[in-house]
Amino acid sequence: MKKLTILQLYPNDMNIYGDWGNVLAVKRRAEWHGYSVRLIEYNPGDTFPESVDVIIGGGGQDSGQSVIQADLQSIAPRLTKLAKDGTPMLVICGLYQLFGNFFKTRDGITIPGIGIFNIETHGGPERLIGNIVTESEQFGQIVGYENHSGLTYLGKDVQPFGVVRKGAGNNGQDNYEGARVHNVIGSYLHGSLLPKNPAIADWLIEQACTRKFGAFEPSVINDTFADQARKIALERPR
Amino acid sequence: MSMHRATILGKAIKSVMKLRGGGSALPGLVVEKIDPDYIKNILSTLPKGVVVVSGTNGKTTTTKMVVELLEGQGLKVFTNRTGSNFTRGVAAALLGEVDLRGRLAADIAVLELDEAHAVHFVKAVQPSYSLLLNVMRDQLDRFGEIDATAQLLKTVASATTKTVVVNREDPRLRNVASSLKDVDVAYFGLSDSLQSTFPTDDDMRTTAKSKIKSPNLPTLSVLESFDGKQAVFTLAGKKLQTPLKLEGIYNIYNAAAALGLVASILPQYNPVKLTESLANVTPAFGRGEKIIVRGQPVDLVLVKNPAGFRLSLKSFPVSGVSTMIAINDNYADGRDMSWLWDVDFDSLRSTGVAMLSGVRAYDMAVRLQYEEVEVSHVVPNLGQGLRQFLTQQPSVPKRIYCTYTAMLAIRRELGKMTNVEVIS
Repeated sequence: MKKLTILQLYPNDMNIYGDWGNVLAVKRRAEWHGYSVRLIEYNPGDTFPESVDVIIGGGGQDSGQSVIQADLQSIAPRLTKLAKDGTPMLVICGLYQLFGNFFKTRDGITIPGIGIFNIETHGGPERLIGNIVTESEQFGQIVGYENHSGLTYLGKDVQPFGVVRKGAGNNGQDNYEGARVHNVIGSYLHGSLLPKNPAIADWLIEQACTRKFGAFEPSVINDTFADQARKIALERPR
Repeated sequence: MSMHRATILGKAIKSVMKLRGGGSALPGLVVEKIDPDYIKNILSTLPKGVVVVSGTNGKTTTTKMVVELLEGQGLKVFTNRTGSNFTRGVAAALLGEVDLRGRLAADIAVLELDEAHAVHFVKAVQPSYSLLLNVMRDQLDRFGEIDATAQLLKTVASATTKTVVVNREDPRLRNVASSLKDVDVAYFGLSDSLQSTFPTDDDMRTTAKSKIKSPNLPTLSVLESFDGKQAVFTLAGKKLQTPLKLEGIYNIYNAAAALGLVASILPQYNPVKLTESLANVTPAFGRGEKIIVRGQPVDLVLVKNPAGFRLSLKSFPVSGVSTMIAINDNYADGRDMSWLWDVDFDSLRSTGVAMLSGVRAYDMAVRLQYEEVEVSHVVPNLGQGLRQFLTQQPSVPKRIYCTYTAMLAIRRELGKMTNVEVIS
């Protein structure tokens, strides 16, 4: 059976608000499409594996972010090369910020990122919290839940992941949510994102399979529950 | 004079509200407006002072236990029983108990307060004792981050004058305790053999970590073992063994917390009466409460956050029971559905789930699909879903896991079918 390797970045320290749901969604859907899956949990100090097909990372408390910072810098060259080579990745919230150039806190402290996205994030005065709906040409309507105080601004060459239809998005001002470069998606959307937006999960799997096996052979998955859950999510108040 | 005026007016509003069947906080609000020191002035007259119970999970059940244990020791206890666990709710509860001159006939007040309201409360009234149960992820859209929640509890602990009773197994609370000055700290904890039953939020998804042994701290109250019916505790160095009407290991651990608090308040407690009171404690409403409907028991299990839901699933065996899960996303439930992905549902795989209901029933359905747990029916309307669930397999005992507002709605529906205690 064709085998995909999924790597979850920092499950001990950057794993909050259902980040596991994104890992589980890719794992199960890959299995339902007929692939076998190996899941690697990567934590600070671990040996970064030779080959990886999908990378998924999440958010964390301030304390979690400070734990992983040095380690993230140490694997930055590997992550950057994998990103440039087209490895599909999804990073949510805290790791989305740290995949950018830097995060500047309200106290004026600058936490360096790894610069995969040409974006910068500044600590904001309040948390942006609530149900959010965005839209992307490729994936259509995207539903989720945002909860962040960092305000993220995209550099010139960076595409947003979606345009905000309801909610705040990257910074509450320019109507953009998330970022995309190569096959890397960064986003503030929890929910969890992938189970309720299965098209995005399948796109990540498709990129991985195309790179590794030359083609993606999907099966039909019954997404009736996800369709219904999306309908409800669209109607819920902020 | 204003205290008397506030009492009389507040009582009048409370009785009118009761006639109308309305909410519980308005009379408290009126009293606060007339006399901002109302709560402080009344509570400061109590000979044994004020006790604050706070933390993410188990406040209501633990408060109920503490009250019953203290009453068993002969104290007259004032408490905010209706679960209106904020300052205004305390004022409203006081109005029901004081006489027209504003006097409260009680020895001690035991109050359940959520973390944010506890901070406001202790600014007005310094508690003699506080009990810090745990810090877990709960409706983080309200409090921000979990580390910030721990800070709230630190404020409560620092305002305490005599003893702070602390969960030894919660790393954030241990940090809070070690930073305290000028106040005694008493710990409650778990035996080594029970440690693995209680995953913290920090090792939620970590399988690799070898299970930590109990921290080496002097501990007043320890839950040694629980076999489903009998629990064994060590309290102040003495063994205490009793059968319990409470179910669910997390409820039993809360009993260790309650025992530690009571032993701090009354070091000369009567052990026979203490054991007797503990054996008779029944669950608080909606917290493992059993309601008989058409001859079959229906367990209501309130689930509010990942750790609570996981502990509930671990606590109640699934075999021989038909399961319903009801998920709402109103403000009091928390709007973010992400938390469902931090709960392991694999224990439900063997039986499947008979009914999913509530506004976010389909979110739950997606969650179970990815856990490969079979779902028989999804009916978002709670009344309809509940009735269908109860009639589907009439001869099987039932269990309903429900979020807060779903629980209230389900109790209302059950009240139409059988006698359910009304909580004002």
